[in-house]
Amino acid sequence: MSEQTYEPKIVAFLCKWCSSAGSDLAGVSRIQYPANATPIQVPCSGSVSPMYILSALKKGADGVLVSGCHIGDCHYLEGNYLARRKLHLVKELLQFVGIEENRFRMSWVSAAEGAKFAEVVKEFVDDLRPMGPQEKLKAKRA
Amino acid sequence: MSEKRTGVFVCHCGNNIAATVDVKKVAETMAQEGTVAFSKDYVYMCSDPGQSSVIEAIKEHRLDSVVVSCCSPNLHEGTFRENAERAGISGFTCEIANIREQCAWVHKDRTEATEKAIKISRSAIRRVAGNKKLDPIAVPVTRRAMVIGGGIAGIQAALDMANAGLDVVLVEKLATIGGHILQLSETFPTLDCSQCILSPKMVEVSRHPKIKLLTYSEVKEVSGSVGNFEVKILKKPTFVDAETCKLCDDCAQVCPQVVSNEHDLGLTARRAIHIPFAQAIPASYTLDEEACLGLNPIRCGKCKDVCEAGAINYDMRPETITENVGAIVVATGFDLYPQEKILEYGAGNVADVLDGLQFERLCSASGPTQGHVKRPSDRTEPKEVVFIQCVGSRDPAQHCAYCSKICCMYTAKHARLYKHHVPDGKAYVFYIDIRSGGKNYEEFVQRAMEEDETVYLRGRVSKLHRTKDGKVRVMGVDTLTGQNVEIDADMVVLALAMQPSQGTADAARTLKIGRDKDGFLAEAHPKLKPVESVTGGIYLAGCAQGPKDIPETVSQASAAASKVLALLSKPTLSHAPTIATVRNSHCTGCEMCVTACPYDAIHLENGKAVVNEVLCEGCGSCSATCLRAAISVRNTSPMQVHEMIEACLSL
Repeated sequence: MSEQTYEPKIVAFLCKWCSSAGSDLAGVSRIQYPANATPIQVPCSGSVSPMYILSALKKGADGVLVSGCHIGDCHYLEGNYLARRKLHLVKELLQFVGIEENRFRMSWVSAAEGAKFAEVVKEFVDDLRPMGPQEKLKAKRA
Repeated sequence: MSEKRTGVFVCHCGNNIAATVDVKKVAETMAQEGTVAFSKDYVYMCSDPGQSSVIEAIKEHRLDSVVVSCCSPNLHEGTFRENAERAGISGFTCEIANIREQCAWVHKDRTEATEKAIKISRSAIRRVAGNKKLDPIAVPVTRRAMVIGGGIAGIQAALDMANAGLDVVLVEKLATIGGHILQLSETFPTLDCSQCILSPKMVEVSRHPKIKLLTYSEVKEVSGSVGNFEVKILKKPTFVDAETCKLCDDCAQVCPQVVSNEHDLGLTARRAIHIPFAQAIPASYTLDEEACLGLNPIRCGKCKDVCEAGAINYDMRPETITENVGAIVVATGFDLYPQEKILEYGAGNVADVLDGLQFERLCSASGPTQGHVKRPSDRTEPKEVVFIQCVGSRDPAQHCAYCSKICCMYTAKHARLYKHHVPDGKAYVFYIDIRSGGKNYEEFVQRAMEEDETVYLRGRVSKLHRTKDGKVRVMGVDTLTGQNVEIDADMVVLALAMQPSQGTADAARTLKIGRDKDGFLAEAHPKLKPVESVTGGIYLAGCAQGPKDIPETVSQASAAASKVLALLSKPTLSHAPTIATVRNSHCTGCEMCVTACPYDAIHLENGKAVVNEVLCEGCGSCSATCLRAAISVRNTSPMQVHEMIEACLSL
């Protein structure tokens, strides 16, 4: 894949209550953003296991986004606190194994923040593009 | 594993999806998936023919699961799950692939959008392949309701529910129910007095055997879920026993502490011990702890000494009350946008520049001037009054982007009331547009112009200031004549924007319900679910949800009440079965999940985790912490998520 045509592939874990709804609002408001991120709706950002992030990278994702409710606003009381703590460790682990820090991102997007969701994706894609494809963790399949 | 037979239904949504996504290609590509036995596209999948075709296909092709690629699951997940049930398969074997809000509407490039729609649909197909047939869990329901906020919305909702036989707890932050409506003088478009509309309803609330009224109380904590909420309420001490208080006013006569009176928006003063207004419900005095010299007979104690009824008790303490209810109506109302933020109009520091509510008090028979319009600065009758509309509203650059909806009408009302009080006075209204949609509203504004000779000037006021001769100079423009206008007014009334009240912000935080970009409570769907919050069992009424007038507020409150009545009409509710489940063979009893669970729904039995089906909400915090993948949320198992990740990456 040449630099010119490289389009980063992003897996986006969106919590059902805030970020997925925020992403819906971006749609309702017709706010355009790059098509690189494919959403997976999860009940809560706290349900995103570190294994999912590693799995996505192993399967060839160039970036992984986890987006949940704002801290303090979690529909499930404290799921996003758990997410923040846990995923911070994932970030450190990724750095430890030599993955660029910017390939994994967390964001807090409420159901009212359609524009912010579009911005988060846009920025992520812009940041990923110069890094080129993620090869380090990608499984070498036949 | 037995062979899966999934049906895929791709919706065009008219042109909403089809204009950007090649829906035929999506349907054809999905047909290639190993587990897919049938796939089709259709122009409106949610229409009657569309839904019928789903049911028929399930029966004809012996489908065991369904993926509908269409709009957000928030809209039609329920619709299609019901179809699945009607066709004889479990509703939980139906999943939605959101290719409208999260794809077609946010991308322009057809190739890219189609590719993404394929990924999203494939991801749903992989997920549904792992879905289990589930039956909803029946949960007993607490057949009581709570209303937060005792304004007209809360009162209406509480009365409707109580009259239908439901026990209702009405919680109000202030010492009396009534809300802003009691500060109003008359109401548009009929000019009937607000007291006459509301007071009888307030009395009905206080006498209703089905309504438990908690005033001077705030909701502090809410747990549980639809059908079974546990609400902790802090009841502040009033230091006066409402049953014993005889309303003689002796206490207020001797109280040495004078503070600004909130009910009159600072136009008058009150004592530390006071009754908000004569018709307050509950009919009792309240001792404002902050204003009081110290609740201590040694320091003051005058009110206690003078109270013959012995109603005053300095030893009252805050009380935490726990109420169990099945549903909650949030009716926490609005505040006016702060005048301090309007710098060009003096930021609240120019005398005789009032906000709309203060002007209401001046017009009100129960107000500080007994209904005679007088300038607060010198108590003279103003002969020229300028009303300015859209102050803080429709100003995305500096203030609120939205229209506050009621100001055109209440400004016309203000102008008319003023002219009725001061027939030889002159009333000017600066406006951007006149929005008078509503029954008899336009006619009302026309009468303000024609009968009451109000001068309407289309334009904005750039600034105002006090002149040396005690007038307020208003500098504006009339855009219809293109002339600058300068008026030396005796009084200026600002139609300030409505904003969500502090109580609304607090309620949103406590109840974990969403707010929109302006801070108003978010409804579950702008058209089809206007009184439901996104959280089951929590409903919205009145200005907490958005600016609205009294008729609309009352309609919405009744709508919310009817939703609650429908919800609580059955003895049990079905609880989503998509909750955590444990694989005993993998569980080591490490208790990580027990610690992670926000609902205390997991405990150990014989060294293995056990999930309480009623308490579990299915958030999945447990599954993300389990090192051995022994606990997971049904139909969102780690295996399913890994499959979905692969689909998202086109593997």
